[in-house]
Amino acid sequence: MGSDLLKRIGLSIFVLFSLSILIFLIARVVPGDPARLALGPRAPEWAVENLRKEMHLDKPFYAQYGLWLAGIGHGDLGKSLVTRRPVSADIREFLPATFEIVGLSALIMALGGIFLGVLSAKYSNSWFDGVTRIISYLGIVTPAFVWAIIFMLIFGYVFPIFPITGRLSPGFEAPTTITGMFTLDSLLAGDPRTAWDAFLHLVLPAIALAMGGLAQAARITRSSMTDNMSKDYIAAETAYGIPPRRILMKYLLKPSLIPTVSVMALDIAALFGNAFLVELIFNYPGLSRYGIEAMLNKDLNAISAVIMVLGLAFVTMNIAIDILVGYLDPRIGLAGRRN
Amino acid sequence: MTGTKGEELRKRAKEKRSERFRRAWYKFSRNRISVVGLVMVLAIVLLAIFAPYVTPYPKHAGAFVDFMTGSVGPSLKHWLGTDVFGRDILTRVIFAFRGALIMSTGVLVLVVPLGVVLGLIAGYLKGTWIETVIMRITDVFLALPPLILALAVSALMRPTLFNSMMAVCVSWWPWYTRLIYGMASSLRNEFYVKASELTGASKPHVIFREILPNCIAPIFTKMTLDVGWVILTGASLSFVGLGEQPPKAALGTMISDGAKYLPAQWWIAVFPAIAIMVVVLAFNLLGDGIKDMLATEEGS
Repeated sequence: MGSDLLKRIGLSIFVLFSLSILIFLIARVVPGDPARLALGPRAPEWAVENLRKEMHLDKPFYAQYGLWLAGIGHGDLGKSLVTRRPVSADIREFLPATFEIVGLSALIMALGGIFLGVLSAKYSNSWFDGVTRIISYLGIVTPAFVWAIIFMLIFGYVFPIFPITGRLSPGFEAPTTITGMFTLDSLLAGDPRTAWDAFLHLVLPAIALAMGGLAQAARITRSSMTDNMSKDYIAAETAYGIPPRRILMKYLLKPSLIPTVSVMALDIAALFGNAFLVELIFNYPGLSRYGIEAMLNKDLNAISAVIMVLGLAFVTMNIAIDILVGYLDPRIGLAGRRN
Repeated sequence: MTGTKGEELRKRAKEKRSERFRRAWYKFSRNRISVVGLVMVLAIVLLAIFAPYVTPYPKHAGAFVDFMTGSVGPSLKHWLGTDVFGRDILTRVIFAFRGALIMSTGVLVLVVPLGVVLGLIAGYLKGTWIETVIMRITDVFLALPPLILALAVSALMRPTLFNSMMAVCVSWWPWYTRLIYGMASSLRNEFYVKASELTGASKPHVIFREILPNCIAPIFTKMTLDVGWVILTGASLSFVGLGEQPPKAALGTMISDGAKYLPAQWWIAVFPAIAIMVVVLAFNLLGDGIKDMLATEEGS
């Protein structure tokens, strides 16, 4: 297993490396002069020329890429044209905010999806199962940004229970940065009130993000559980007189989670994508909102950095999921799943 | 003599085909929900094609301003209400279906052949350097969620329907390659493939005449489901302003514009949102129906 893991990590490094070339290529071949775009149409020619020099745009493509890569080695991702700060500082500020939302969302998705799936498998073909199936369908076909708007409308305006913009309510101060996650930092600083307020700000975006994956997970868990229910080993365990509850939770659930977990890897990755729109709607200052502003302003350094960070998160998660699946089903090795 | 025999064979083949079609339809129509999906899809496609004739206010599809009837709630005159410029939302939703369907058709027409051919080649030539090259490139594209890649690519181009279509294509083909790669790499060990190799069939023959026909069912199922997902991705792109530009109607743009007038004029954003849900739901129901139909067909 150790050598398989090393192989996977090696492959992931290769993938990230190629991704950086790809995104660099796309960013550089597009029409339009990034320096001119950054300074605006009325900036004098010499200023544009200076910025071009500063951004190494006057050098050939491979030299630009080499310089950029060397910069990453020093933790220098270049300067953002929009925030006028080093991109690495921006990422440090915005990434934890997105991790908070995506983390909570993944948790809601996993727990909620598996819970609903188990219940509807247990009571399959009852009215509860029917209702869950309809909800699942709705969850799958509704884009996250539509959920975001629906939740905003219901819980922001009709029943104002949750805050609907930003990370903190007015009157609260951001905690001193330790991890950059407001809930965790204020807890560490011994300020549960701020932590609670920060948490409330996460709830609606996180649920809006989670809905699609939750529905998917519920459906997959249900169908894989009902498939496994008719397997011989379950009949054997019933014959041994093991209590049904124990069979359900111990012997049936574990193998049935394999397809759920595999699909959830993709769903969690998709959370980052949908977070782009959800953060925009809730005006939440996270990496995704930063990324989308960078994209709309053709802020090349910021775009490359955001893409690389998300690629890294995705690749890491895929390895983590493979290890988890290997734990759930010892027959599947790390190398085996791909083949 | 040979002529009549040929005719006889052709006739029998035709009968067999129509018999298979009848059976497939029977299996498909046994599931009521799939039929509902089919009817919904047909309705959406017909509405989109004949949009200028069936919509109540065809002029409202483009730049049209009549502040006198602006922001009117749902009524008999405007079933889904009007937006701030006084344009009928029902009309604009139906016209937006056009762009959405054009986009998903365009994406699938470009993506499916490319992804499938690459997957077939990589799967059949497993273990060679060609497989390595194709699959490693695919891995790179799969290292990002499709929406992010599509956003990045379309943000770097001028925002048009065509460019957002291209952006979605860039992020969509590897999924077909991976699907078909998995199938082809196991199908190549089947006896009928070995047999045709032994009789001296060329590589293209084996790939396209022996392996490809056995991959058609999953390709077809995925395509039906993907129509909905492409529409959803397209709507996400136009939601942030990358896609069909105003004054033309696009579902994403209508929602993001309408969101500014929540909650008082809720209908401006809510109805286009429901429209997206309905379209994606329709293609999902249809796709699931086709999947079940083909699955039982294989099983029998």
